[in-house]
Amino acid sequence: MSAKNFVAASLLLAPVLLAAQNPAPGTGTGTGTRTVVVDPTTLTKPLADEWATFAGDYTSRRYSTLKQINTSNVKNLTLAWMTSVLTGPRGGVPPTIIGGVGTREFTGGTIKGAVLQVGGILYVTAPDNVWALDALDGREIWHYFWRTRGATHIGNRGAAIWNNYLFFETPDNYLVSLDARTGKERWYVEIADFEEQYFSTPAPVVVGNHVIVGTGNDLDGPGFLQSFDPETGKLQWKFYTVPMKAGDPGLETWPSLETAKYGGGHTWMPGSYDPETKFYIFGTGNPSPAYTGVGRPGDNLYTCALVALNVDTGKMAWHYQMSPHDTHDWDTVQNPMLIDAPVNGKPRKLVSVAARNGYFFTVDRVTGEHIVTTKYGTHTNWAGGLNSKKAPWPAPEKEAIIPGALVSPVEGGTTNWQPSAYSPDTGLAYTQEANSFNMLYLTDPDPRGSMGLGGKLRVEVGSTGKFLTAIEPATGKVAWRRKYPNSGGGGIGFLATAGGLLFGGDGSGNLIAHDAKDGKPLWHTRVGNISNAPQTYAIDGKQYLLVGTGDQLWAFNLY
Amino acid sequence: MRKALVVAAVSLWSIAAFGQGRGGVASFPAQQRDPADPALVARGRAIYDTECRRCHGADLRGGEQGGSNLLRVPAVLNDREGELLQPVLQGSHKERLGPAVLGPDDVKALAAYIHSVLALAPGQGAPPPGPPVELKVLVGDATAGERYFTARCASCHSVTGDLKGIGARDLGPAQLQNLWIAGGRGGGGGRGRGAGPVAPPPMTTRRETTVTVTLPNGQKYEGRLERIDDFMVTLTQADGTPRSFRRNGDVPKVDVRDPLEAHRNLLPIYTDKDIHDVTAYLAGVK
Repeated sequence: MSAKNFVAASLLLAPVLLAAQNPAPGTGTGTGTRTVVVDPTTLTKPLADEWATFAGDYTSRRYSTLKQINTSNVKNLTLAWMTSVLTGPRGGVPPTIIGGVGTREFTGGTIKGAVLQVGGILYVTAPDNVWALDALDGREIWHYFWRTRGATHIGNRGAAIWNNYLFFETPDNYLVSLDARTGKERWYVEIADFEEQYFSTPAPVVVGNHVIVGTGNDLDGPGFLQSFDPETGKLQWKFYTVPMKAGDPGLETWPSLETAKYGGGHTWMPGSYDPETKFYIFGTGNPSPAYTGVGRPGDNLYTCALVALNVDTGKMAWHYQMSPHDTHDWDTVQNPMLIDAPVNGKPRKLVSVAARNGYFFTVDRVTGEHIVTTKYGTHTNWAGGLNSKKAPWPAPEKEAIIPGALVSPVEGGTTNWQPSAYSPDTGLAYTQEANSFNMLYLTDPDPRGSMGLGGKLRVEVGSTGKFLTAIEPATGKVAWRRKYPNSGGGGIGFLATAGGLLFGGDGSGNLIAHDAKDGKPLWHTRVGNISNAPQTYAIDGKQYLLVGTGDQLWAFNLY
Repeated sequence: MRKALVVAAVSLWSIAAFGQGRGGVASFPAQQRDPADPALVARGRAIYDTECRRCHGADLRGGEQGGSNLLRVPAVLNDREGELLQPVLQGSHKERLGPAVLGPDDVKALAAYIHSVLALAPGQGAPPPGPPVELKVLVGDATAGERYFTARCASCHSVTGDLKGIGARDLGPAQLQNLWIAGGRGGGGGRGRGAGPVAPPPMTTRRETTVTVTLPNGQKYEGRLERIDDFMVTLTQADGTPRSFRRNGDVPKVDVRDPLEAHRNLLPIYTDKDIHDVTAYLAGVK
């Protein structure tokens, strides 16, 4: 924490008082009393009634064991409720709780993150806003609004919860903790430097007594992941994703310490957690400058990598770099799915990623040993080959060049933040596959390279189609593809369930229930531009399907 | 990541919608600060040119003598009026500056100049625009481009017909290149802020995507395709009447005719040399 960081001193006593009021761990399902309790150890159990962390559980597979809604009856799925959330410092009953250290009021943000469901209450976020809604009918319980100093307000990926405490990040780089029952502020702590143009979009992840917090930056600043004490907000550890001083591992993959320290590698998205190894496994962002790699020859560790940290110490156990020396702004922060599957006949503990760069990777999640690399982007054309570790490296002629290079995928990637899903029932991982092309022109041929995302012009020139693509994680083979008729559309991420279903959007405004076996649509409804990935939860024995469209939330169930 | 977002229609980087404009709600301090007195900035620039430029470069992004890129160092970004620069100048830089002693007013002026340059940055970490650089986009072999055009494009296009005079249009070579690859639509979005004009106006000769819907009873409906997904197809008939049909698998039969299909099919096939050659050829079609 910098000297500017602080914890509201008057709230330091609050955790003690709240802890005394906590019922037994893991009992937070009674809607009548609105008890809000998450015992952090319950998050290691299979995803079922509650959705208590970003991906539902720590595996990031987005697979729910709920099966009340299934392939047989999904045709009867119907609207339970729909509600709109209002951003900003509005009045109303109950009145908005106002926080923040700035004077600016950002309105207009939309729901682009995970919605938590704990104890019958939904916790919904947009940049600078958190709402608690009744999960039975969507009615607002409380609303918290943060007055901002500024910074890029591109999205918020959701909140985290620990006992009675809610945590979320603000674009102007604060980790804010609220009382989950009332929305009242407990404390806030600065997590990154606003002047250095960091901005924070991720959802924190609680593991044990750690609140794990990522952040981002476009101005060449170094990436890092931090862990904070959920009671006090005190920094526990900070892991830089790039070398920051002489002797740091990975420095040999940069031309100098100066280039490494300004090398990016941001922690845009939450990771997974393996309780057996105590590894927090997450993806890192692209190196910086993003498109002009001329000034940073080398692999640029640990950017565009899967990294496993000991959750208690923040020390790196292993890494696997999925895009060495990236030059296309393709971070590899896509959800790392923890999967148990046989490889060559032997059961293995794996982690798989459908990456933004068009390649699918599986590695051993205990050792980091490489298992599989395959290209799932049908027309992905940028790589010159695979290096000795089976990772694709960028062909120089497919980087931004002065006369222009035709490159697929586009900057947004074959997929992006939209999460993949994995079903142990089918043994398939599901991802979107966007085969779009852009022309990349180098406009800043300076041998030092440019800065940030500068130095290039990028023009999208067409697409050969977008698909729902199912992949066998142990082999990386594509089992099947299902094309979306509207090539201009795109998915929004997936949810698999024990009901044999795969839920996703089609980019044309439809929420679809697919048969997880073959992708065949079994149910759909048009809700408009879906803005977050589908989720599911159950209350009092009834299963709900939840999805956001901008400032609206829709819940579906069976009657 | 940032990066990007609602996939459907919103690019990950459609920042404009989020108020990322200069000094707007979503800006950073480098863009929020009030402009300094121009005289102070001019004085600071003179000091920079004399004392700093040789190491830190004319554009402040670092020089051949090893000076760091001032546009991204924490001491500059966190500085207000030189208070964070002063210790550096009087510390690690003291020997380097030699007899040049910068007083508090000098440092204040220097800071004002550096911050005035920072304020010109267009966003997403890109540097302020520098002096124009000549970029030779037109590198292809026009003769080879003509051969490629004749073989691959001439069944639909003609340089004496729909493409007559295309090289005389007021397009830069990159715009021309984007235009023909995209099939006249000039590409969409994705330019990023500060990227300048890249997407040319669409060709006026562009044809529309049409569709024929054949019902099980044989009745046909034709018109301009408005939208299509797995469950619906909507067209506008010749008289302007919109008509939508439910889709259930292959029923009704839907036949889409997209004039850009041939362009899309070529995207995985072109080499960049093909592209540059065809651009060189078309640029000469006056």
